[in-house]
Amino acid sequence: MDSLHMDSRDLARRTRLQALHMVYRAKASHIGSALSICDIVAVLYGRVMRLDPADPVAPARDRFILSKGHACVAVYAALAETGFFPRRDLLNYGQDHSILMNHISDRVAGVEFSTGSLGHGLPFGTGKALAARRMNKCWRTFVLLSDGELGEGSNWEAMMFAAHHQLDNLVAIVDYNKLQSLATIDETLRVEPLADKARAFGWMVREVDGHNHAALSELLSHAPWDVGKPSFLIAHTTKGKGVSFMENSVAWHYKSPSAEQLAQAVEELSRA
Amino acid sequence: MRNAFIQELIVLARQHPQIALIVGDLGYSVIEPFADEFPDRFINAGVAEQNMTGLAAGMASEGYHVFTYSIANFPTFRCAEQIRNDVAYHRLPVTVVSVGGGLAYGALGYSHHAVQDYALMRILPNLLIAAPGDPMEVRACMRYLVEHPGPSYLRLGKAGEPNLHPQVPDVAPGRWLRVSDGDERRALLSTGAGLQIAIDWLTKDEHAGRVLYSMPLWSMADKPAQVAALRKRTDVLTIEDHLQDGGFGSWMLEARAMDPTLECVVRPIALSPEVCGTVASQATLNRLGGLHPRAASAARTPT
Repeated sequence: MDSLHMDSRDLARRTRLQALHMVYRAKASHIGSALSICDIVAVLYGRVMRLDPADPVAPARDRFILSKGHACVAVYAALAETGFFPRRDLLNYGQDHSILMNHISDRVAGVEFSTGSLGHGLPFGTGKALAARRMNKCWRTFVLLSDGELGEGSNWEAMMFAAHHQLDNLVAIVDYNKLQSLATIDETLRVEPLADKARAFGWMVREVDGHNHAALSELLSHAPWDVGKPSFLIAHTTKGKGVSFMENSVAWHYKSPSAEQLAQAVEELSRA
Repeated sequence: MRNAFIQELIVLARQHPQIALIVGDLGYSVIEPFADEFPDRFINAGVAEQNMTGLAAGMASEGYHVFTYSIANFPTFRCAEQIRNDVAYHRLPVTVVSVGGGLAYGALGYSHHAVQDYALMRILPNLLIAAPGDPMEVRACMRYLVEHPGPSYLRLGKAGEPNLHPQVPDVAPGRWLRVSDGDERRALLSTGAGLQIAIDWLTKDEHAGRVLYSMPLWSMADKPAQVAALRKRTDVLTIEDHLQDGGFGSWMLEARAMDPTLECVVRPIALSPEVCGTVASQATLNRLGGLHPRAASAARTPT
């Protein structure tokens, strides 16, 4: 099994456009959080993870857990754009009885785990990584977390465990856009020095521009970066990335774009 | 019960290579034989129940049937959301095991009094409660849980309980398990360690002659089927070492309420909240809580 070898920049652009339209149609929230991770998700699905869209549960696939489940439109869009299910299914997002729920749902082809409450993805992913180790499987587990989510103690429990058990088949990626639900991370619950904390917990730490595809691909493809240590990638990102009036704005954690705002956003992304 | 648990788990693990045991840094002098025989399927997750439960769900999603093991409220309330979201919602084969159900750790205080666990577990769709009443029921429940893998909660007492069944009984969710014969229209029905207490209640004159049943497996899904069982009876006393609110008797009363034409009266015998905040031996606290047939306050428990 191999990665898809796609143009991840083009995948990210299409993912952003789909995500915007989905949130607009459903009058949903969290577009800022989704735009923040589109590049990370596109690099993972387009270039890094070994997967088969025709067989979403292929035993040898790499596993991806979106712990910040509210940013699900980025993943739903990436799954549709890589062929896990028809693009037209995205129209159902947020509708009554849809399996494309407003927090990521494992009823959707290609989604491993439903989240929504923060602090669940890393312990679950750690369990998958431990299972792979005990069963002598070579697939990897990637868990994408938000920065505000690091306030949940369960993450730090999992970090202690993964390092203790030398789970170097586990990669945690922090979407570090420095904004959480009401204000900045620094104003709310300071997480710095994050790299030092992760290192002190026994993880191998790298930092990256979370919108630089070449750098993301290089790091994620070559994890683990140290034998016997789980990998902790601090991805510096911009909340709302790609849409000028959404960038670095707490309001777009909640707001849904109007028709005019959607048009402007599409125009900006089409020019990019 | 915990000795029957570990013995049975070892027997089952020999037959089922997917069985794993994760403990929350508890189980001294209990879990060692499993850890020695199956080192690749044993983990001490440390004092971190949220991670223990999320971890178990992750392993279960890859094919393991994971038993998480700790005492009292630690593997349940401390990680309730992991059980709700990660295990039960995803229908994963994780069995949460709590030792010291009810007031087994009575002297250790409120932190160790597991008297609200049924209330937590019975509101979770997809999750099956296993509350065995003696070591035989422990073995029966575990065989059932392994044969029917899914989200489950196994409530154990401690060690040294007597066998109340002559052999391992045939159990199923919602099934009334006859323990001793009597008047079928007037039943005593217990769950968990309430079975031994129910036997004591049979010695009270006004309850002599009742048929005695145990129900070690029950869940939200099994409630509607209780209507048929109640239709055959006029009077059912339920017995549990748990608070009445959210407990087994309340579950049966909800079943009773599903059919207003039922003639059967359901009366729960459960612990009074007076036990909360008091430390004493299990027997003393059960008596204080109203479970002893002769110490029971008339205002609180039925005659």
